[in-house]
Amino acid sequence: MSNSLQHTTLRQWIENARRETAIDPGPTSRVARRDFLKGIAAGSLVILTAKNGDTIAARADDLGTDDSLSPSLFVAIEPDGTVKILAHRSEMGTGIRTALPRVLADELGADWNKVVIVQAKGDRRLGDQNTDGSNSIRFFYKTMRVAGATARTMLEQAAASQWGVNATEVSTNNHTVYLNGVKKKLEFHQLVEDASKLRTPEPADLRFKSPNDFQYIGRKFPIADLDDILTGKAEFGIDARIDGQAFAVIARCPVVGGVVESYDAEAAKVIPGVIDTIELPRFQGAPLFQQLGGIAVIAESTWAAWKGRDALKIIWQEGPNADYDTDKFIATLKDTVKANGQVMRNQGDAVTAIADADRKVSATYSVPHLSHAPMETTCAVADVKTNEAGDVLSCYLKAATQNPQAVQQAVGPALGIPNDQVHCDVTLLGAGFGRKSKPDYCVEAARLSRILKRPVHVTWTREDDFRHDYFHTISAVHCEAGLDTHGKPTGWLMRAAYPTIASTFAPGADAPATWEAEMGLTDLPYDVPNVRVEVGKAKAHTRIGWLRAVCHIFQNFAVSSFADELAHAAKADPFKFLLNTLGDDRHLDIAALKLGNRGADPKEYPYDIGRLKNVLTRAANNSSWERHAQLPKGKGMGIACCRSFLGYTGHVVEVSVSQEGVVSVENVWCSIDSGTIVSLDRVHAQVEGATIMGISQAMYGEMPMKNGRAIHSNFDGFQVAKMIDAPKAIHVDIVKNDAAPGGVGETGIGSFAPALCNAIFAATGKRIRDLPIKNHDLSWS
Amino acid sequence: MATIKVNGQQRDVSGIPADTPLLWVLRDHLGLTGTKYGCGVSECGACTVHIDGEAAQSCVTAISDIGDASVVTIEGLSENGDHPVQQAWKAHNVPQCGYCQVGQMMTCAAMLAANPNPNDDEINDGMWNICRCGTYNRIRDAVKTAAKEMR
Repeated sequence: MSNSLQHTTLRQWIENARRETAIDPGPTSRVARRDFLKGIAAGSLVILTAKNGDTIAARADDLGTDDSLSPSLFVAIEPDGTVKILAHRSEMGTGIRTALPRVLADELGADWNKVVIVQAKGDRRLGDQNTDGSNSIRFFYKTMRVAGATARTMLEQAAASQWGVNATEVSTNNHTVYLNGVKKKLEFHQLVEDASKLRTPEPADLRFKSPNDFQYIGRKFPIADLDDILTGKAEFGIDARIDGQAFAVIARCPVVGGVVESYDAEAAKVIPGVIDTIELPRFQGAPLFQQLGGIAVIAESTWAAWKGRDALKIIWQEGPNADYDTDKFIATLKDTVKANGQVMRNQGDAVTAIADADRKVSATYSVPHLSHAPMETTCAVADVKTNEAGDVLSCYLKAATQNPQAVQQAVGPALGIPNDQVHCDVTLLGAGFGRKSKPDYCVEAARLSRILKRPVHVTWTREDDFRHDYFHTISAVHCEAGLDTHGKPTGWLMRAAYPTIASTFAPGADAPATWEAEMGLTDLPYDVPNVRVEVGKAKAHTRIGWLRAVCHIFQNFAVSSFADELAHAAKADPFKFLLNTLGDDRHLDIAALKLGNRGADPKEYPYDIGRLKNVLTRAANNSSWERHAQLPKGKGMGIACCRSFLGYTGHVVEVSVSQEGVVSVENVWCSIDSGTIVSLDRVHAQVEGATIMGISQAMYGEMPMKNGRAIHSNFDGFQVAKMIDAPKAIHVDIVKNDAAPGGVGETGIGSFAPALCNAIFAATGKRIRDLPIKNHDLSWS
Repeated sequence: MATIKVNGQQRDVSGIPADTPLLWVLRDHLGLTGTKYGCGVSECGACTVHIDGEAAQSCVTAISDIGDASVVTIEGLSENGDHPVQQAWKAHNVPQCGYCQVGQMMTCAAMLAANPNPNDDEINDGMWNICRCGTYNRIRDAVKTAAKEMR
C-alpha cells in the first residue's frame, strides 16, 4: 500500500469509487425536484438551502422546476399550521429520526403534536445521508437550528407587520406568535400566507433561542415511531412491499471472490412456488458495494425461495481466498507486530527510553473477526422498469439502508443509469451497526428486478448475514513501555497489524490507514515523553467493513488494558495511575500529531485531556472506586477511559467471577461527555446498548474462518449477550456541557471492554489479552 | 388444512405447502408483518407468537402442526395497542431499533400469564430473546411494571 493510499480517508475512497463508476447523467437528465414537495400543501411556507449554502424561504407553489434551488434540509409549514420536517438520516435505533426534527421544531417554536416527520429519499442535494460514524447531530445540529430560526423569524415578521410593531417586540412559543406584554397572539396557520411572501431573512437577522429556553433539546422525549413499533405496524426493510413483488434468496459463494461452476436450476424450479433462478455475476475489481454474485432463487414466498436454494446443488470455484484460516492468520499478525513496521507517530525516542527504563512491560493483544448481526438481516425491494430492448426506464427501491445515497451510487452503475435516477426510499432499520451502510443487497435486488421484469424483494437469511458479512477486521496490537523508578512511563511503543477497511475499496490496500490508526493508537492521550506507533502489513482475505466503534474496539482494548498492566507493574492504583499519566489538563496538538480528528475543526472539537480526566474521575466517584482494594477474591473492579467519535467516556466495571470461572458483570458505570445533547433519554439508551454490545464483543465475539469460510452461521455459533448477561445496573452519567455536539452511538463502546477485562484481572489475577473472554479458563481456588 | 385461526379469524391457507413455517405464512401470505424473522432456528425469539396462549417460535412451527389451535400475533395482542406489556414497554421507552421488541413483548405476555410475579432469575430465564441494540435492562424493568399492572 503506497503512502498516499494509506493517508486517503475512507470518505475519499468511496467518493473516488463513485466518480469512477458513475454514469454521466447527460444534458437532458432532470431530477424530479417535485419529489421534495410531494405531499406538501399548496401555499405552504418552505425553507430550503440553495447550492451556495444560503437559506431560502419560498411558497411551495412558486418553486416550480427552478434548478438553481438545490434544497437541503427542509421544513414546510402548511396553511393549516401543520409543520412537516424532513428526516434525511436513517432510523436504526439511535432515535435520530426524532432527534433532528426536534431540534428544528424547538428553534421554530413548534408544538410537537403538530409536527409530521417526512422520511427523505436518497438525494445528494440533502448533504450527507450516511447515518454512520456517530455524525448525525454533529453534522446537522446547526443546520436544523438555522432552518427553524429562519421560519420562525418570517412568522414573527408577518405577525409584527399585522400588529404594526417591530419584530423584536414579538416572541414565539407552542405554534403561536405573541405580542410581548399584551394579550395578543396569532397562531402559525394564521401567518403562513403572509410569511410566505416575505424575503428570506439575512443570517445576521436571525435570533436563536438561548439554551435556557429550549423546550425539546436536551430533554427526555419518546421516539416518534414508538407506537408503531409496539403494535407491529412499523415498516422495516423486510416488511417493505411493492405490489406484485416476488421474493428472492441468493446462494453466494462461501469464499469471497469465488464463482459458480455448476448448479441444478431444474431441481430448484420443481419446488412449489419457485418462479425462476437467475445467475448474478461476481463483483469486478475490489468488492466495494457490488453484489457478491451467485444464484438467486425467485419465488412467491420467502420460504419457497429458501427451499429452492437448498435444492440448487451448487459447485463453486472458490478462488484465491479458499486457504484463509484465522487461527494461522492471527499467529501471522502476532509475528508481524514483533518486527518493526511503518512509523505512524514518533515523538522522542521510545525505543531507547524503553531500553534504558528501570522496568519494562510488554504485552500483545488480539481481537478476532466480528459480525454485525443486526436483528433484521439486510433486506431491500427493488422495482426496475425496462423497455422492450431492456433499457432501464426507472428504478425504485425501498430499503433498510443507513445510506440511501450509497444505494444510488451502487445501483446506478450496476444498471447503467445515472445515480440520480435511482430513487430510494428508506424504511426503519432493524439496527445496522455499519452493515447497512454497505448496500450490496440493494444492488442484488435491482439487478434481479431488471431481469425478472417484476419487483423483487431480497431477504438475506441469518446464515447469509453471518457468512457474507463485511466483517470487522482481525487484529494484533503489541505494546511495550518503560517505567522509571517512580513508576512513571518514560517510553511507550505500539505496533498494530490488521487488514484495512480500505481493502474493500481498493485492491492492494494491505496496511492500516492513518484514519484507522487514529482510533486509539496515534491519538494516545497519555503524557509520555517518548511515543512510537507503527503499523505492519496484513492482506485481507474477506470483505472488511466498519462495525460500530470500528478500530476503537481493538485499539482501545489494547491501550487501556496495557495502561492497567502498567499500573499494576508500577504497584499503583489503576485510577490514579491513569489520571497521573494523562497529565495536565491541556489540548493534544492535533496538527503536530497529524490527526484527522474526524474532519472536525480542532478549535471546535479539541482533544481535551481535561474532559477525558473529568469523565474518568466521575465514573470512579460514581462507582465508589475506593472499594476496589477491599473486594474479596472473585470480585473486582476495572477502569478505563477513551475519546472516540469526538466524545469522551470513562468506564468502571464491577464483576464477580465464580470459582468455576463464570463471569457476571454486576454493575457498569459510564460517564460520557459528548458536548451538547439533544435527546437525553436516547443518549442514555445508546450508552446502555453500547454496554450490552460491549459484553457481546468482549465475552463471546468471534467469527473464526477456515478454508475461506465463516465458521458460524447462526446465533447458536456466533454467541451474543442475552438478558442473563446484562448487568444488574448500568449507571449512565451524562456530563452537562454546551460544547459542540460530539458522537454518541459508538462512543460508549471503546472503554467498556478493557474496563471489563481489567476488572476480571482484579478479581482473578488472570489477564485477558486475546478476546473473547469465553475462550479463557478463569476458574480459581 | 384449508384454514388456520389467527387473531380470532379463520384465515385461508389452502395451497400453501404443509411444511411452510407459520412465520412465512403470516408474513408473506397473510400480510401480518408484525412478526419478525431473526434466525429461522428458534435461537433469537424475534418470531414469537402465541399458540393457544403459549409462546411459540413461528419460524420452526409448520402450519401443518397448528391444526385447530388459536394463533395470536402482535396485531391481535390487544385492540388498541394497550396490553399492559405494550404500555409498560412504552412507559420505559424500551425500543431502540424496535425490531426484536414484538417478539420480546409476546414472550413477556405469555410468561406473565403463566407466572404473574417472576423474580429476576425467572425473568432472565423467561426473557431469552436476543436484542442486539441492548435493551435488556429496560426490558427487565418493563417486565416488572407489566407484572404489577397485570396482578
